[in-house]
Amino acid sequence: MTDSASTFLTRLDQRFGGLVTRSSICCKQVTIELAPVHLHEVCLALRDEEEFSFEQLMDLCGVDYLTYGKADWETSDTTSTGFSRGVSAGIYQTDSDTRPRYAVVYQLLSISRNQRLRVRCYAQGEPPRVCSVVDVWSSANWYEREAFDLFGILFEGHPDLRRILTDYGFIGHPFRKDFPLEGNVEVRYDPDKKRVAYQPVTISNRISVPKVIRDDNRNGNANSSKGAGNA
Amino acid sequence: MPEIRNMTINFGPQHPAAHGVLRLVLEMDGEVIQRADPHVGLLHRGTEKLAESKPFNQSIGYMDRLDYVSMICNEHAYVLAIEKLLGITPPVRAQYIRVLFSEITRILNHTFFLGTQALDLGAMTVFLYCFREREDLFDCYEAVTGARMHPCYFRPGGVYRDLPDEMPRYQPSKWHTEDEVRRLNENRQGSLLDFLEDFTQRFPVYVDEYETLLTENRIWKQRTVGIGVVSPERALQLGFVGPMLRGSGIEWDLRKKQPYEVYDQVDFDIPVGVNGDCYDRYLVRVEEMRESNKIIKQCIDWLRKNPGPVIIDDHKIAPPRREDMKNDMESLIHHFKLFTEGYCVPEGEVYAAVEHPKGEFGIYLVSDGANKPYRVKIRAPAFCHLSSMDELAKGHMLADVVAIIGTLDVVFGDVDR
Repeated sequence: MTDSASTFLTRLDQRFGGLVTRSSICCKQVTIELAPVHLHEVCLALRDEEEFSFEQLMDLCGVDYLTYGKADWETSDTTSTGFSRGVSAGIYQTDSDTRPRYAVVYQLLSISRNQRLRVRCYAQGEPPRVCSVVDVWSSANWYEREAFDLFGILFEGHPDLRRILTDYGFIGHPFRKDFPLEGNVEVRYDPDKKRVAYQPVTISNRISVPKVIRDDNRNGNANSSKGAGNA
Repeated sequence: MPEIRNMTINFGPQHPAAHGVLRLVLEMDGEVIQRADPHVGLLHRGTEKLAESKPFNQSIGYMDRLDYVSMICNEHAYVLAIEKLLGITPPVRAQYIRVLFSEITRILNHTFFLGTQALDLGAMTVFLYCFREREDLFDCYEAVTGARMHPCYFRPGGVYRDLPDEMPRYQPSKWHTEDEVRRLNENRQGSLLDFLEDFTQRFPVYVDEYETLLTENRIWKQRTVGIGVVSPERALQLGFVGPMLRGSGIEWDLRKKQPYEVYDQVDFDIPVGVNGDCYDRYLVRVEEMRESNKIIKQCIDWLRKNPGPVIIDDHKIAPPRREDMKNDMESLIHHFKLFTEGYCVPEGEVYAAVEHPKGEFGIYLVSDGANKPYRVKIRAPAFCHLSSMDELAKGHMLADVVAIIGTLDVVFGDVDR
């Protein structure tokens, strides 16, 4: 990398100042957060201005923050009940997260400057919307279709926003955190109708390992305390 | 006069040249393609969603099944992402083993590419030659992990076990006579490294064989030269990576530019194409096989001289030795906790990328401090390459679609995830 993460972040701050709502460094990687209104403008600048020249959009993905930081099983206190294996557990709604539920994350790569940047943009509303960056990077085309398919995020200005990975006629957005892991419908071959038929799922999700959050320093890691990854 | 209409052809999903389950809807004007609309997702298994429901280590095996012709490289990116969040570095020997197996995998992938591409374009022999060499490399996988295709070998903190001191040998059976078995076992008398060294000496000759059959072959050149041309500017715009980008003349290789593991310690070159057509990409990949062979040789030399641990000694992350578990209470507890609950990864987000045989394979990992990943996004190179299908195929003949699918080097485990 040509620049260290912190000097690069300073350069970003100098150029985009007020447009960046939040920035952080985690594992020597820079993340900036943008408001949806500024997304397109900043992306264009990041691509075209010589001091950034992010020619490539490496990846674009949706993230659903619905259950962020919420464990299946409380581990910091002793409880009289354990986690009963093989049942679906109620989610511990401990700390409330105030951030919007959906975000779109862009991974940018500058080949000429050998630099990476992560841009996050929270999508507001239901259905969540952000503007499309297909006209900035052509590779965004399928990635935005994927994020629409899996998270239901609408990309305004996308030329052809169709589902891409799920089945023809699929209902729902499977990667949302409230979409069950086992799905809603299953298919089987119906010998009477002589075709494949849909029916409600007959299996249930069995959590064999509960999700636990252990906030301890056993790993000897500096950024294990909550939120310390953010500069 | 009858009305002339464009014809729509459905190519796949069950087509031998579709490299899996690609459904391609082609709008044709006679033999010429007007529009190509790939329909993907027939192999969508929701790997990313499944990974969110499992402790970190249990998803390594899923990574093998993404791009199922370069298994270990998929694991590599996932394991690197976890290691970055945990802030751990594997021992040097483990890093060399990882490089060794990544390059073995690169040869596996490129021989597969070459064999199937040649088969699709009508050259049967190359396919047979390539798959012959793949057998030897699968034997190496098998010798060290017990699995030929889905090894699940890389773990956060190192690799699962050290290289074995002996290669498995063929046994006489009703299919193999004693004499035949003796001949087959000739290069399997020593350790895995001996076997691999023997392979690296044989391999350049094999590559020459492929090249004799193809490089100056008139039919091969007619099918590939000037087909699917991508300019460097468009290649960047379309998010091309790996041989697809290098074929267009852009010198970019993560192993050189953003070295991970010990790639900065080994000597190799980056082959670059000129015209950005299928032929140049073929040349790039063939040359990459020779470079990989060079890297493997260097790793063998290093690994012979430097014994040592292959996984970190932190039993919060890596399991203790089974021997220790018999006598040591703490080891037993560590083992129990690791395999029932796993380890918690500090809160944060990271993007880890490796130079996968097909290009940049990245894992974007978000952790909320739990023992399961909060979000795993797999950046699969083939997904991005396939999205350019329309642009590459437009104006070409129907038969060239097969050459273009081949040169994209798509594998559907990877595209559909």
